[in-house]
Amino acid sequence: MMSNEAIAKKKQKYMKEEIIIAGFGGQGVLSMGKIMAYSAIMQDLEVTWMPSYGPEMRGGTANVCVIISDKKISSPIITKYDTAIILNQQSLDKFEERVKPGGLLIYDPSGITREPVRKDIKVCSIDAIEVAAEVGNAKVYNMAVLGAYLKMKESLKMENVVKGLEKSIPARYSDLIQKNREAIEKGMERVKILSESK
Amino acid sequence: MAEKILMKGNEAIAFSAIRNGVDGYFGYPITPQSEVMETLMKEKPWETTGMVVLQAESELSSINMVYGGASCGKKVMTSSSSPGISLMCEGISYIAGAELPCVIVDVMRGGPGLGTIQPSQSDYFQTVKGGGHGDYHSIVIAPASAQDMYDFVDWGFELAFKYRTPVIVLADGIIGQLMEKVELHPMKPRRTAEEILRDAPWATTGKTPGRDRNVITSLSLDANTQEEFNRKLLAKYKAIEANEVKYAEYLTDDAEYVFVAFGCSSRICEAAVDILREEGIKAGLIRPITLYPFPEKEISRLAGQAKSMMSIELSLGQMVEDVRLAANGQCPVGFYGRQGGNIYTPEEIVEEFKKFNKLS
Repeated sequence: MMSNEAIAKKKQKYMKEEIIIAGFGGQGVLSMGKIMAYSAIMQDLEVTWMPSYGPEMRGGTANVCVIISDKKISSPIITKYDTAIILNQQSLDKFEERVKPGGLLIYDPSGITREPVRKDIKVCSIDAIEVAAEVGNAKVYNMAVLGAYLKMKESLKMENVVKGLEKSIPARYSDLIQKNREAIEKGMERVKILSESK
Repeated sequence: MAEKILMKGNEAIAFSAIRNGVDGYFGYPITPQSEVMETLMKEKPWETTGMVVLQAESELSSINMVYGGASCGKKVMTSSSSPGISLMCEGISYIAGAELPCVIVDVMRGGPGLGTIQPSQSDYFQTVKGGGHGDYHSIVIAPASAQDMYDFVDWGFELAFKYRTPVIVLADGIIGQLMEKVELHPMKPRRTAEEILRDAPWATTGKTPGRDRNVITSLSLDANTQEEFNRKLLAKYKAIEANEVKYAEYLTDDAEYVFVAFGCSSRICEAAVDILREEGIKAGLIRPITLYPFPEKEISRLAGQAKSMMSIELSLGQMVEDVRLAANGQCPVGFYGRQGGNIYTPEEIVEEFKKFNKLS
């Protein structure tokens, strides 16, 4: 059993990143989360991936909560996030207020009709549709968004993301790994910081 | 080092069945556990280990296929979610009455009736207190992670064969859908015919030299014979209660307030304990891993040291009755629950804890 000092020690240098990814079903929200989760495992981190499941997934919004940590993860259910990755208006309405102060919000402007209003968080945008069009494959849309995240946060390393991709994409689609990688790299270049947290 | 793979709790059940020498899986799809059979169908274990995977026409059929397979001494299992388990209860009672081993996975969703497909823990009464008719218990084990889902299949069969009794793995929609790292242990082969004769001498294995005819039945019309059988079951349940209780404690050593929670709720409570400890409140958690047999002695001991206890469940309050029995008036026992597929957060539990203990 741990004493209070042991708990305090446990909290030191304790990395935990709580991420919500939300958008329409079909935008690759769940698979983006899965690739992040795989990458975290490659980095020898603990991870939980908890999808919303239920009637709302048919044509409606889909979201997944990914927690990455260097310690065992207790609750996979959380209401405040370090990072929110937002791909449609409904998700912005629902999750903007749930970003922790000082946290990060990344969104795709083509999916929303109003700008984020929070001033106490960092806000970035990524035109992922443009990136996907340039790469020439609509399926890599979510990887452009992932690129934006990787540029903004250092919790996951690119080499491990590539390993994560290799794990989750069958070898016969190896050309797709290259395209995904290209989209990630372009996403990293194109992400725009709109405002720093105040 | 053993391989670590990212998978859902439901997928872990399927992989564990294949890798732990299960002979047969019989099921019928239902959310939130459909990935169990989906994964088995995708992996096609009949081509590798020879394991049978069959989609029955209903849960009534699948549990009776389990009854049949278990009669032959095979390692057989099924999985379903709450309404499906209700349909299986007659079969489970017969399996308990015929003293057969099997594993049944219940990935709970909200009820009663068809209810919701979202997570719930409201089948505690159904699985722990019976479900089917008659004086019987199923051993009930409650996983709290994808790794537990993987490990509990094998542990479940170990218990099932040791006591010749059905074992229920009581999971919930969260644990079924949650993806986590799972460590795969080395493969265990399926048992050979000789090994079945050795390990399950009671099984119906056809005309077998050197032994009398084995009869598998739950029917016994003579009152004295039936009573004798009931007492035999009682002795078995006493042995299970004496030997198989399993639980986990978190920061209970000096705890003045103790949460009791199983499955996904135990993980959410662990985070609530961390929040309270940071505020200087000495909170702790006991997680019953076996729900039957229930960690009665341990909860009684903690009730003796605590100012209060609180049972946290995704139901209207079911396990709390057993917590109160175990605490036996030594301290007040509170309850907080959510229903309908809604899930509490650690912060919400902290708030309810403070309300109950008048601490805010």
